[in-house]
Amino acid sequence: MDFSLDKKHEMARTLFKEFAETEVKPLAQEVDETEVFPRGTVEKMAKAGFLGIPVPKEYGGQGCDPLTYVMCVEELSKVCGTTGVIVSAHTSLCIDPIMTYGTEEQKQKYVKDLATGAKLGAFALTEPGAGTDAQGAQTKAVLDGDEWVLNGSKCFITNGKEADVYIVIAITSIAEDKRGRKKKNFSAFIVDKGAPGFSFGTKEKKMGIRGSSTYELIFEDCRIPKENLLGPEGRGFPIAMHTLDGGRIGIAAQALGIAEGALERAIEYTKERKQFGRSIAQQQNTQFKLADMATRVEAAKFLVYKAAIAKATQKVYSVEAAKAKLFAAETAMAVTTEVVQLFGGYGYIREYDVERMMRDAKITEIYEGTSEVQRMVISGALLK
Amino acid sequence: MKIVVCIKQVPDTKGGVKFNPDGTLDRAAMLAIMNPDDKAGLEAALRIKEEHGAEVTVITMGLPKADDVLREALAMGADKAILVTDRVLGGADTWATSTTIAGAIRNIDYDLIITGRQAIDGDTAQVGPQIAEHLNVPVISYAEDIRIEGDSVIVKRQYEDRYHEIKAKMPCLITALSELNVPRYMTPGGIFDAYDSEVTVWGRNDLKDVDDSNLGLKGSPTKIAKASDKVRKGAGEKVTLDASESVEYIMSKLKEKHVI
Repeated sequence: MDFSLDKKHEMARTLFKEFAETEVKPLAQEVDETEVFPRGTVEKMAKAGFLGIPVPKEYGGQGCDPLTYVMCVEELSKVCGTTGVIVSAHTSLCIDPIMTYGTEEQKQKYVKDLATGAKLGAFALTEPGAGTDAQGAQTKAVLDGDEWVLNGSKCFITNGKEADVYIVIAITSIAEDKRGRKKKNFSAFIVDKGAPGFSFGTKEKKMGIRGSSTYELIFEDCRIPKENLLGPEGRGFPIAMHTLDGGRIGIAAQALGIAEGALERAIEYTKERKQFGRSIAQQQNTQFKLADMATRVEAAKFLVYKAAIAKATQKVYSVEAAKAKLFAAETAMAVTTEVVQLFGGYGYIREYDVERMMRDAKITEIYEGTSEVQRMVISGALLK
Repeated sequence: MKIVVCIKQVPDTKGGVKFNPDGTLDRAAMLAIMNPDDKAGLEAALRIKEEHGAEVTVITMGLPKADDVLREALAMGADKAILVTDRVLGGADTWATSTTIAGAIRNIDYDLIITGRQAIDGDTAQVGPQIAEHLNVPVISYAEDIRIEGDSVIVKRQYEDRYHEIKAKMPCLITALSELNVPRYMTPGGIFDAYDSEVTVWGRNDLKDVDDSNLGLKGSPTKIAKASDKVRKGAGEKVTLDASESVEYIMSKLKEKHVI
């Protein structure tokens, strides 16, 4: 067992770090303050190849592994949680299901543009009445000749209005089981921006990741070509769940990055901040807190990297992904809260990054499966 | 078209310079980076490659760990990489370095050689022009813009308050300024490819037409007596006088210090 990174991963980290420090960090505060989607950064990331890291080269990607992708989200999130989730939702939730379940035509048509960053992707499962209970979704799709007709709405969609390609989960039939209970059959679809009948609703005003474009999607007799069905009809739910397994690794990486970013700032700040005639880093209270945070962050890192490696080597990695997301998200929340405390009054001021990091951290415990859902996945596997 | 870019792995001086007790650079304590002027030279070569088509070979002389900087160049888009490394080449000054690099380049076909103006660890700006001398090709230094026109290059050569536009037939050598461009980032896929590709390693015996007396520490006429970090200049002296009085004052000061 070897816990060290090889040279190419080390060099990839150097690249992501340099990019994050140069291109992303200077904008992080403004992106948060103005709630404006960082389009310019997305274009730069496209040029640098960050929008198709784990995608094979023949589909326009970089041909790297999930670990490299995870390190990219981690480094971006160290300085800006918004930028981290843009890459994560695009890669894990839009490209990945097309790569896994798409036909060759769909891969050629969609993945090439997504992986090069010519287009941005999003994923739509959640509905106003269906969050953790995703089966409660109401959006329907009916085949009409050569087209599917979608009706319904999706909410809290990351990359909402900025994306060009959307993976949408909708009910395509309702079956009755032996006992006469009704069961919804879902299917997955690829929907292009601009499809007739597809529009955007409310832009959400959020606590954190405020530059991320979070929108309601509305489908009113939205017509898409028949061939935009992704995977077999009726398999939409397992496709969505498997996609979220991958997505959780991305969010776990985002959470890890936020925690690491906050810890780095705490180390800098506590060495500079003087109280009672010496730096607060010289107080044992600070030292112990830093030690606990560093230990926890490293544990999170190993869980996240393990999940990323599992994604590359195993067919099923739900439990690894759930553990990584659960622990990394709770680490991000705990560490950022503690770091704000170490900053004292300055930590509560928006001029300092740590206040934003604490707000950004909270969502990692909620989206792509709450911490409670992760506990359900983990315990479900234990008690199977 | 074939372009050779000479690059050097240097300690990152951004965070200050660290020395060993004996006055030599503590390279281990400092991050190693691609010399900024060289990186601009590589970027210029890659842009020529994109516009006109070219094969870009990067070459460096250094310790085996200089392999890192060659991989970085490959990850940015260079096609081939050559590491010249040999114990007998250690301790080289600019003369021995340029002799070595020229000896290596004699093995390669080239139309254009690009070097950085100078390295941030030595700041001599001598190696590029010396390589040109060894290879008997023209040199245009301090390039702030490079254009290719047929079999010639047209270079804007930076001057204090203007620039010279110089046209030279290839083969020739250009020394690049970091102001020449903003180098691209490596790509993640480029990094993976870089570690899957071969770096050619050459030693003393692979150098063409060089004499041992011009190599390594023994072949280096320059001896470094002492190295130190930049000496901070004082704040200077400010005087408020009218124009003619100012001139007189400055003249008296220059005379006092035996400058004139």
